[in-house]
Amino acid sequence: MNLFDYVRPASVAEAIAAASEPGAAYLAAGTNLLDLMKGGMSRPMRLVDLSRLPGLDRIDHLPDGSVRIGALVRNADLAHDAAFARSYPAIAEALLSGASPQLRNAATVGGNLLQRTRCAYFYDVASACNKRQPGAGCDARGGENRLHAVLGWSEACIATHPSDFCVPLVALDAVVEIEGSSGRREMALEALHRLPGDTPHRESALAPGDLIVALRLPSEARAFAPHARYLKLRERTSYAFALVSAAAAFHIEDGAIGAARLALGGVAAKPWRARAAEAVLAGARPGDEVFRRAAEAALADARPSGDNAFKIELARRVVRRALALAAAGTPARVPALPASPFSSAPGAIHGV
Amino acid sequence: MNFSISLTVNGVRREVGLDDPRVTLLDLLRERLHLTGTKKGCDRGQCGACTVLVDGRRINACLALALSQDGAEVLTIEGVARGDQLHPVQAAFIAHDGFQCGFCTPGQIMSAIGLIGEGQAGGDPERVREGMSGNLCRCGAYAGITEAVIEAQEKLAAPARRRSA
Repeated sequence: MNLFDYVRPASVAEAIAAASEPGAAYLAAGTNLLDLMKGGMSRPMRLVDLSRLPGLDRIDHLPDGSVRIGALVRNADLAHDAAFARSYPAIAEALLSGASPQLRNAATVGGNLLQRTRCAYFYDVASACNKRQPGAGCDARGGENRLHAVLGWSEACIATHPSDFCVPLVALDAVVEIEGSSGRREMALEALHRLPGDTPHRESALAPGDLIVALRLPSEARAFAPHARYLKLRERTSYAFALVSAAAAFHIEDGAIGAARLALGGVAAKPWRARAAEAVLAGARPGDEVFRRAAEAALADARPSGDNAFKIELARRVVRRALALAAAGTPARVPALPASPFSSAPGAIHGV
Repeated sequence: MNFSISLTVNGVRREVGLDDPRVTLLDLLRERLHLTGTKKGCDRGQCGACTVLVDGRRINACLALALSQDGAEVLTIEGVARGDQLHPVQAAFIAHDGFQCGFCTPGQIMSAIGLIGEGQAGGDPERVREGMSGNLCRCGAYAGITEAVIEAQEKLAAPARRRSA
């Protein structure tokens, strides 16, 4: 780990001023950043420790029915907030399917949004990586790339965004509140993460010094609560990143789908909203035939970036299963194995 | 640059001077306070051997910057027994053979204490296994660990039930 200057600001304004210098990075829990620094993937000159900033650790259920989540709320605290989990069950399930209990106890909401890819070539400083070192090339192309992107990738980068949390958030139109040197602004979470194009090192729409202070979910998002699920395929049942995941949510009115929301994880450099699939579902009666067509629509633009053509068919099947689970209704309690296909098969017993 | 932080470790308040901002909570415990019960396995948040409670919550000490923990209450494996009387989770690990080599055990026990405190798993083996999934055991003592956590959870819940009855 490189040596750095450590600053602990007392206010958001002080934090932004301290982080506006080149080479500065914000530190929240550090569950991703310290790991990256230990491996030399990130080498910030200055850490601006946000952990003492007042007022950023609250979950406010607002009178208009929306919820505002401070950027320093811990992943576990959000998932276990009873009012939040009732209103946004697919988000709670996604949070609980990610990382380990220890990491969820520490990791923050803002940090989760900005976590870096787990591409093995990004993590290996001896490998060429355009994200780590612009212009260096990409050893993932032609390398071990069965886990890599099938949507939105470029010749420069085929990495995926690893967050589970972001997948239902983007499906439910979450908004991020940002403070920066030019004041406060907000943007759709869907616009926060960038596709790689020719500049994979530019991962978000944030400018230097910009600080995510809160995340908001609109009141309309609560109406999906009775039919909202997150499903995550991974190479082991617990404590693993998604191969492919999907968040699916419906309004069902008089037996037909009034509105549908669908987003995929593990397939692209950003949480992937599947609007074409939503359009296929709207107005239809829920059933496997329309779910199949929605899955086709969701993956219509997918193409392999290496040895990962299987992820396209896997993603179609995950979408179909997630849609079927959402149609069946949100369970009263997050399953013992959150977002796992093993716990979603009726009567299935896993690990015995 | 020199820094000074104040921590309460196993009930004892400690003022610790740091000459380097890179020190993690794990390295502070092991190398500065000589509390070597907390183990360094992967040092990257993947194995759980460094699990401690900070302000009552289980976290990976290897991914926590010591400077960020200024003012925190830390509980490590050295602080869970009362004299010669083992913590119920420690006793249950012995009773159920919840270890072989023992390297992961301090982290397993701290994680189990955290899990029981969180109150989400109860006596459901599937929820206990999922709740302990952040702690790897290369000896594969998982069956005993699960039994130990369930038994300790029952023992710790029993006095609470009596009080509420």
